[in-house]
Amino acid sequence: MRRQRIVEDVSALPTYAFGTTMTTWWGTLGFCVIEGMGFALAIAAYLYLVHVNPQWPLADAPPNHWPGTAVLVILLASLWPNWKAEHDAKEENLPAVRRWLVIMSAIGFVLIAIRFYEFTQLKVRWDQNAYGSATWFLLALHATHIITDLADTVVLTALMFTRHGRGKRFADVEDNAFYWYFVVGSWVPMYLLIYWVPRW
Amino acid sequence: MSDAAVTSGRDLRDTALPDGELHARLSRTWGTGKGLIARLSTVDHKIIGRRYLITAFVFLLLGGALAAAMRIQLARPGNQVLGPDAYNQLFTMHGTTMMFLFAVPVMEAVGVYLVPLMVGTRNIAFPRLNAFSYWTYLFGGIFIWTAFALKVGPDVGWFAYVPLSGPQYGVGKRPDVWAQMITFTEVSALAVAVEIIVTTFKQRAPGMTLDRIPLFVWAMLVTSFAIVFSMPAIVIASTTLILDRLIGTHFYNAAEGGDSLLYQHLFWFFGHPEVYIIFLPATGMVSMIVATFARRPAFGYIPLVLSLIAIGFLSFGLWVHHMFATGLPQLGMSFFTANSMLIAIPNGVQIFCWIATLWGGRPVFRTPLLFVLGFFFIFVIGGLSGIMLASVPIDLQVHDTYFVVAHFHYVLIGGAVFPLLGAVYYWFPKLTGRMMSEAMGRWNFWLAFVGFNLAFFPMHILGLQGMPRRVYTYGPEMGWANLNLLATVGAVILALSFLLFVWNVFSSVRGGAIAGDNPWDAGTLEWATASPPPPQNFDRIPLVTSREPLWAERGAMPVVGGLTVDDRQVLVTTVTDARAELRESSPEPSIWPFLASVALTVLFVGSIFTPWAVVWGAVPVGVALLGWFWPKGDVEDEG
Repeated sequence: MRRQRIVEDVSALPTYAFGTTMTTWWGTLGFCVIEGMGFALAIAAYLYLVHVNPQWPLADAPPNHWPGTAVLVILLASLWPNWKAEHDAKEENLPAVRRWLVIMSAIGFVLIAIRFYEFTQLKVRWDQNAYGSATWFLLALHATHIITDLADTVVLTALMFTRHGRGKRFADVEDNAFYWYFVVGSWVPMYLLIYWVPRW
Repeated sequence: MSDAAVTSGRDLRDTALPDGELHARLSRTWGTGKGLIARLSTVDHKIIGRRYLITAFVFLLLGGALAAAMRIQLARPGNQVLGPDAYNQLFTMHGTTMMFLFAVPVMEAVGVYLVPLMVGTRNIAFPRLNAFSYWTYLFGGIFIWTAFALKVGPDVGWFAYVPLSGPQYGVGKRPDVWAQMITFTEVSALAVAVEIIVTTFKQRAPGMTLDRIPLFVWAMLVTSFAIVFSMPAIVIASTTLILDRLIGTHFYNAAEGGDSLLYQHLFWFFGHPEVYIIFLPATGMVSMIVATFARRPAFGYIPLVLSLIAIGFLSFGLWVHHMFATGLPQLGMSFFTANSMLIAIPNGVQIFCWIATLWGGRPVFRTPLLFVLGFFFIFVIGGLSGIMLASVPIDLQVHDTYFVVAHFHYVLIGGAVFPLLGAVYYWFPKLTGRMMSEAMGRWNFWLAFVGFNLAFFPMHILGLQGMPRRVYTYGPEMGWANLNLLATVGAVILALSFLLFVWNVFSSVRGGAIAGDNPWDAGTLEWATASPPPPQNFDRIPLVTSREPLWAERGAMPVVGGLTVDDRQVLVTTVTDARAELRESSPEPSIWPFLASVALTVLFVGSIFTPWAVVWGAVPVGVALLGWFWPKGDVEDEG
C-alpha cells in the first residue's frame, strides 16, 4: 500500500440528507426510468396494435371509464397528502409523517379495491383478442405499481411507529413519496389509452 | 464534531489511527465471515464480482462446448452425429447462453469488480441488490441448463420468434423455459445497471470530476444507461410471449388482431442495443490497456467519451436492420440503413484514437496488448461486413445465411471476447495477486487469433454460396464440404486456445509470479491498493488530482480522512465535480438477498406451470424483502 498524506478532513459531513444528495434517491429514479420505459414500450405496443387493426376496439363497446376516472381523480388528489408526507419528512416531523403515511396507506387500499372493480368493467376478456390482451396488460402493469407502492408504504408506516422511525428513515419516506409521483404520473397516459383511444 | 470527540467508541475515525492498525480494523469491519451463511450473505462487490466472473466463464465454456458439437456435426456433409431436434436445441442454447448468460453478465461482472475500485470507493452502491442480482442470474442459468439436460431445452433460436415460439407451434415447455430464463437475466442485469450508474454518479473519490473518470468507467456508465433503456423492451417481449402461451392472450396471434412483427420490433429494440451493451465495456477495457501499455494517457479522451455516448444513443436507432427481410416500408428502411452506417463514425473515431495513443507512445507488447491488436484486426473486418449488411439489397441476399453468422461472430468475439481476454490478463494480478504466464499468454493469443479466423472467415464465403444458418446438415452436392471442414479445424484450434487459457488461469492462481500492487505501472486507482484488494478497498479514500492519479502522484498519495472505522461508511460526492458531501452508511452482509432470490426463483419457475404461482409465490418474495429492508437496529440501519 502506498504512503498517504491526508489533505482533506470529511469528519464534519452529515450521515444522511435528502433528495439528490442520497444514493437511494438516484436508485429510485433509476427504477422509475426503467419502469417508465416499460410503460412507454407497452404503450407503443398498444398503439402498434391499434395501427395494424382496421377497427378498434375489437369489442362491442369501449370499457366503462368511470372506475378508471375515479382512480385518476383519487391519484391526483393524493398528490397533496403525498407532498405533505415528503415535506414533513424533510422537516423530520414524526407525528405529521405518521399521519400522512396512514392516510397514504388508506388511499392505496381504496385504489386497489377500485382497480379490481375496474378489471370487471373492461367489457373484454384478456383471452378474447389482441385488444383485450393489450388492455388487460396495460391495466395490470399499472396495478402492479399501485400494489408494490402500497406494500412499501404500509411497511414504512409500520416502521415509523417503531423505535426505528428516525434519522435516515425520513429520507426513505421522501423516496417513497417520490415513487408515488411516478405512479400517479404514469396513470395519466395509461388512462387516456385504455379508456379514450377506444372512444376516439 | 471535533477530532477529539471522534477518537473513541463506535465513532472512531480513520484520522485517529496509525496506518497498520487502521488497515486491520477496517478489514474486520468490511470483511466477510467464514461459514456457509456468511458466504451466502456477503455484500462485498469483489467477492460477488468474482463469482459473477467465474460463473460467466463457466457458461462460456458450456456454450463453447455446444459450438464445438455443432462444428463437428457440420464438418462433413450428411453427418449424423446430431439429429435435427438435438441440433435445434444446441444452436438455441448456444446463442442464449452466450448472449444472456455469458456476454452481458461477464461485462457487468467486470464492472461490478472494477468500477468501485476505479472510482475509489469501498463498495458498490446498493450492495445487497448486487448480491441479489448475482443469485438471480445464477439460478436463471441453472434453470435453463437443467431444462436442457432434461431434454426440455428451448429449440426456437436465441430470439425465439413467434409464431414458432407461440402456443401453436412451440409445443411443450421449451419456449417457456427460454422466456422465463430471460426474466431472470433481465432482473439481474437491470439491478447491476442501476448500481453502476449510482456508484459512478455519487461514489467517486473527491476530485474525480467528470473529465477525470477512467474510460472503462465511462464505458460501463453508458452501457448501464443502454441496459436501463433497452431491457424493458425484452421484459415486455418475453412477458407477452409467455402470456400468449400460458393464459391465452393474443398479442402475437394474427387471427385475433395480434401481430408477429410486433414481437420482432420489441425483441430487436432490446437486441440491437444489446450488441453495444456487450461491445462498449470492451472498448473501455481497450482504452485502459492501450494507455497502460503505450505508457502514456489515452489520446483524445474527450472524443473517446463522446464516441461512447454517441454509440449509446445511435444503438437505439438500428434495430430495424435485423428486420429488413420482413417487408417494411422503404422510407423506414432507408432511415435504418443510414443510421447503421452512421454508427461506424464514432466507432472509427475510437479506433483512430487508440492507434494515435499507440503511435505517440512507447508500446510494450505484452499479452493484454496482443489481444487488443487482435481485436483491431478482427473487429474492423466485422465492422466492414456490418456496413455491407446495412445495405438492404445485400442484406436481402445474405439474410439468414452463414454470412450473417460470420459477421456477428467477428463483431462479438472480435469486439468483445478478445478485449475481454486481454482484460483478464491485464487485471488478473489485481484479482489474485499473481501474474499469468506470459509464455502461455502468447500461445493463447496466437491460437485464438488463428483459430478464430480459420473458423469464421470461411463462413462469409459459405454464406455467399447460399448456405443457410441453423441447418443441421447439408448434402455433398452443395459444394460446402471443404470450407465447413476448414471452419471445424479452426474451431478446434480456437477451443484449444480456451483450454490453454483455463490452464493458464488455474496454474497462475497457485504458482504465478507475485504481482505487487501495480505490476504494469498503470495510472488508475484500482492499482493504488493491494493485490488482491483488502475488503475495504482503500484504507483512506484517495483524493484525485488527475486522470491518471498514480502517474501524477508518484510520492505520497493525497487522501481524505474522517470516515468511521468500526462501521461501514462510504463517501458520497456531488455528481459533476465530485465534492465530498455525505458520509453514508453502507449495508452490512445479509442472508435475505439470497433468500429473496430463492423465493423469486420458485415464483418464476412455478409460473410456467400455473399462473397462480405468481400470486402465491409473491408471498415468500414479500417476506424475504421485508426481512431484507427491516432495520436491525445497528448504526448502518439507523444512519
